[in-house]
Amino acid sequence: MKYTSQMVAKPYFIFALILLAGEILFGILMGIQYLYGDFLFPLIPFNVLRMVHTNLLIVMILFGFMGATYYLIPEEAERELWSPKLAIVTFWVFVVAGVATILGYLFVPYATLTELTFNNLLPTMGREFLEQPLPTKVGIVLVVVSYLINVMMTVLKGRRTVITTVLITGLVGLAVFFLFAFYVPDNLVMDKFLWWFTVHLWVEATWELIMGAILAFVLIKVTGVDREHIDKWLYLIIAMTMVSGILGTGHHFFYMGAPEYWLWIGSISSAVEPLPFFLMILFAFSMSRDRKIQHDNEIALTWAKGTAVMSFLGAGVWGFMHTLAPINYYTHGTQLTAAHGHLSFYGAYIMVIFTVISYAMPILRGRPHGNCAKAQSLELKSFWMMNIGMVGLTLALTAAGIVQIMDLRVGTDLVGFMDSLESTRTIYFTRLGFGVLVFAGLLTYFASFFVKEEA
Amino acid sequence: MTERITKSMAKNIYYGGGMFALLIFIALTFDTVQQIPKRSNEGQMTPSVVAGKALWEKNDCVGCHTIVGEGAYYAPELMNVFDRRGAGDEMGFKAYMQGWMAAQPLNEPGRRKMPQFNLTPAEVDNLSDFLIWTSKINANDWPPTIEG
Repeated sequence: MKYTSQMVAKPYFIFALILLAGEILFGILMGIQYLYGDFLFPLIPFNVLRMVHTNLLIVMILFGFMGATYYLIPEEAERELWSPKLAIVTFWVFVVAGVATILGYLFVPYATLTELTFNNLLPTMGREFLEQPLPTKVGIVLVVVSYLINVMMTVLKGRRTVITTVLITGLVGLAVFFLFAFYVPDNLVMDKFLWWFTVHLWVEATWELIMGAILAFVLIKVTGVDREHIDKWLYLIIAMTMVSGILGTGHHFFYMGAPEYWLWIGSISSAVEPLPFFLMILFAFSMSRDRKIQHDNEIALTWAKGTAVMSFLGAGVWGFMHTLAPINYYTHGTQLTAAHGHLSFYGAYIMVIFTVISYAMPILRGRPHGNCAKAQSLELKSFWMMNIGMVGLTLALTAAGIVQIMDLRVGTDLVGFMDSLESTRTIYFTRLGFGVLVFAGLLTYFASFFVKEEA
Repeated sequence: MTERITKSMAKNIYYGGGMFALLIFIALTFDTVQQIPKRSNEGQMTPSVVAGKALWEKNDCVGCHTIVGEGAYYAPELMNVFDRRGAGDEMGFKAYMQGWMAAQPLNEPGRRKMPQFNLTPAEVDNLSDFLIWTSKINANDWPPTIEG
């Protein structure tokens, strides 16, 4: 560790991992309720489980991004963080707001929660992924703004690199597009149209910039490849991200009330969306091949390569599968979307956070050469358990989606939603099994932190 | 192929391409916002429809159902529930909804459950009006069937 203020990243990383455990646990509970409708009902209805599951994911990713930023910004800017104290205060504010929100979801009926949190003054609740009460949303804005100020002040006074520029562009985009979460039009179509400005432009544009910057940073560190070379790759990747991702928002506007021209624009642009992820694979593997140093932290490089491959599969392949308008006509709003959502969030965002944690955490714990071989081999096991688990549950959800489409939407002999569930029971059992494997993988990953260093 | 591309070329593709895509996106956004009122029959959006949407959000219905293809996948799509359960008869659909909402949760062991939301009859009517209005949105012929 070159700068002492990098240390503030540590609580962010630890808390992100705790949230991830909670997220997967609630995913497993949902997997059980999928099969046994009475499970946890009426104690925790499905919508509450899902809200906790998805909100923990979003907050976990934000914590991960913040930890990654606080770690890499001082090294990139070649100076201490502008205010480590602010970063710690922000951490606790975010923790308290996050925990209070989750407890609110679990212990207060949602309708009552809307009344308690002034939703009647400015209605923002009850929309997918943006279910947070108004005070939480305001809290998120405050946390993000203070984080942005901290990062920008550090960079302004220090060295500017392509990585910091790209990272800050992504962060500013994240903050700006979140503002759409505060506007809920009465017209459902307008509501949906603007809702995507937050949701799509986060995950398929601004977050990809952040992800690219983090990946580039770790690759520079563990491969020793010339920065000029890595910068060029980073620009190419994010260029393709912007060109395809912004107009690619159109693939959400096919069948929700927006005009017909989106059928063409959305299909064409989003057909290009796998390209930046494919470039990421070429990037990670060619940097690894041309590496100038043999870093002892081999597992960090494994995660980096894994991120590129899994995000290509999840976002690229599973996205492309249903992104062309004539296909999406049948797949829109089915389990196929859930399949794509699971593998892409995991492959792109959770894995890039694992990558940076695997690289930075040993250094923060006083092990500049990475963890010992025994810890790394345990971590490698967890890498495969989680990857196999995620691919398995994605395949299961894909199969469920195909059955759903054939039953409900194709031919004349149609089967209703509830009756169709009978034919997918085995598939959902399989999905649950792979979900448990992912959780076991995460516990294995945690265990790797506690492997004793050889003297 | 990447050997022929320099860092400054890549940088220009990023700024130029990104700006170009963003400008087209903004222009189309303005056009879409103008077209949405007509495509969604905004003129028929009565106070009851608006109240129904607020109830939809207040009770987090989207946490289990999809509507116009977006939401959770635990419970049926509701853009076409008016056609599925009401068959074009508004009074019949409203009566059905009163009975359905009052009967929740159904006493069928193992079946996925819908909570009891304790809505007043007037609120259930608001919800019905919202779903009837939603069923008439021009979503490019989606959904494919009344089940989907």
